[in-house]
Amino acid sequence: MLSRDFIGFSLSSVMAHRTRSILTTMGIAVGIAAVVLLTSIGEGVNRFVLAEFTQFGTNIVAINPGKVTTFGAPTGVFNTVRPLSLEDSDALNKIPYVTSVVPVVQGNAEVEGQGRTRRTMVYGVGSQFPGAFKFGVAAGGFLPDDDPRAPRAYAVLGSKLKNELFGEANALGERIRVGGDRYRVVGYMQSKGQVLGFDLDDTVYIPAARALDLFGREGLMEIDVLYAEGAPAEEVVAGVNRVLISRHGGEDFTVTTQQQMLDVLGSVLGVLTFAVGALGGISLLVGGVGILTIMIIAVRERTSEIGLLRALGATRQQILRVFLGEAVILSALGGLMGLALGIGGAWLLHFLIPAMPVHTPVSYILMAEAMAVVIGLAAGVTPARRAAAMEPLEALRAE
Amino acid sequence: MITLEGINRIFQVGDQQVHALDDINLTIQPGEYLSLMGPSGSGKSTLLNILGLLDKPTSGRYLLEGREITSLSDDEQATVRGEKIGFVFQFFHLVPRMSAFENVELPLVLAGMAPSVRRERVNVILEQLGLMDRAHHRPDQLSGGQRQRIAIARATIMKPSLLLADEPTGNLDSRSGTDVVEVLEKLNAGGITLVVVTHDGQVGKRAGRRLRMVDGAIVKDERG
Ligand SMILES: Nc1ncnc2c1ncn2[C@@H]1O[C@H](COP(=O)(O)OP(=O)(O)OP(=O)(O)O)[C@@H](O)[C@H]1O
Ligand SMILES: [Mg+2]
Repeated sequence: MLSRDFIGFSLSSVMAHRTRSILTTMGIAVGIAAVVLLTSIGEGVNRFVLAEFTQFGTNIVAINPGKVTTFGAPTGVFNTVRPLSLEDSDALNKIPYVTSVVPVVQGNAEVEGQGRTRRTMVYGVGSQFPGAFKFGVAAGGFLPDDDPRAPRAYAVLGSKLKNELFGEANALGERIRVGGDRYRVVGYMQSKGQVLGFDLDDTVYIPAARALDLFGREGLMEIDVLYAEGAPAEEVVAGVNRVLISRHGGEDFTVTTQQQMLDVLGSVLGVLTFAVGALGGISLLVGGVGILTIMIIAVRERTSEIGLLRALGATRQQILRVFLGEAVILSALGGLMGLALGIGGAWLLHFLIPAMPVHTPVSYILMAEAMAVVIGLAAGVTPARRAAAMEPLEALRAE
Repeated sequence: MITLEGINRIFQVGDQQVHALDDINLTIQPGEYLSLMGPSGSGKSTLLNILGLLDKPTSGRYLLEGREITSLSDDEQATVRGEKIGFVFQFFHLVPRMSAFENVELPLVLAGMAPSVRRERVNVILEQLGLMDRAHHRPDQLSGGQRQRIAIARATIMKPSLLLADEPTGNLDSRSGTDVVEVLEKLNAGGITLVVVTHDGQVGKRAGRRLRMVDGAIVKDERG
């Protein structure tokens, strides 16, 4: 018997009971739709967050003042938390594999230029900032590599701030005020857009030492350490610990690697995916039981047809395949319906809530359909074997 | 040629044994036309089913064209049924969801024949039986006589050497019954061995060789 005839034969009996077949496939369809829709959302969110996190590269180590335990409370062992200083930042430059170190102080201040004022974010950083964060300078240059303790009063504008203050006009060499202090504009940045909710374009960059003065802070908010691609993160972290502990006399700071953040993210998404899988799995199981039931009924109803096929020369193997094929066709059709529902739902969701990141990888689609087929096979085995085991004469005589 | 030697068929019903066939010895020449008559329960269907490999004898030997049949495997028996034997049943046994054409085509499909060859052969046989205009009707859109002729077409599409009919006219009025018998006889004239089980004496006496069974044994074997 040719494969296309097997399919044709199985299909003809599925089509003969159209309503029943559609109802039977619903269980599978709902299960597959749920899996596809939810994994599309999961994958969309995953990609979105991952892209946000890794746009600066994955080889970043962040150092924050204060030791934070897993539960987020300071241990209290070190009553005096020494602030992270610019000297600390300098010292970190000498650790092996480290390519750049960026001290960070952040706050808000009024920026005044060309007679206009605007309240924006102020980033106090070091000269290595653009290289470290793959952030391009549109015109002029970034902050020069001055003595970190006594840098010149230079400022670099984010693209949006530049436009707000100067429009199309040239801003290089112009004077502005940041929180009342006078600065000279030495460059402005290319547009970067929003990163995790911060508009990096509506920003002014000034030397970290001046930002410390401006905000009256004793220490840096963060030091970002970049190391060479492919270098062992543990060694970099160990180096950071060694240098800072010897400088501070104790571990009064927290080191977070990008990998740790990604791991946490990955495990959260893993739990989510598992929950989704379990949910979809339950409806698929229900769908599989539905197919099993309808196939047992079909075999009973068509007992005399089985006898006839055997009388016409069909082998047990052929009978087995006909009924297995029927179960698979039912589940595959359910799978296709589920895919249509799931992908359509994902699309609709994205259409209604454009901010919702949705992504359906082709591999998921293929996997979901393969899963449906496997369920059909599993559900069809018992009824099909029962059909194949029938004795021709007894089957023929059944009414 | 068909040879049955010492065929017994015993059914076990509870703790009771039913001796449906009792030491049957029978030789059938190729192209013969046999009728099998006898009271209800005398074992006619049982004998026909054993001839058609739908049932196995409890003991005895069955040779079909010189080949010992009873010891064949399940799959080999299926192949022999498909290639050498055609069945016509009292209740037609057409597949209700399939058209007349598809029903006739079924044995060719099971044998794995290519669609173009199948179409050709089915059309030829439907033409011969005058059923061309009914090819795409489903069984429930056909009369009893037409259904039985479709069943005959299906039974002979594989060009078997043996055609077995169990009360082929039992469910038909006498007009269409005669039609069906004439179709069967035409096939027999073409060389096929024909065995017809019937309760109808008019049908039974048309055969060249007439067997009578009582209580599982052949009690009369007339020719001419
Ligand atoms: N599967 C079976 N199980 C038990 N007994 C059976 C079975 N098939 C047939 N018999 C018995 O075997 C005997 C012969 O049955 P068979 O069907 O061959 O008779 P028949 O001559 O065809 O009768 P009828 O003319 O009524 O069709 C009967 O006594 C019947 O009850
Ligand atoms: Mg009978």
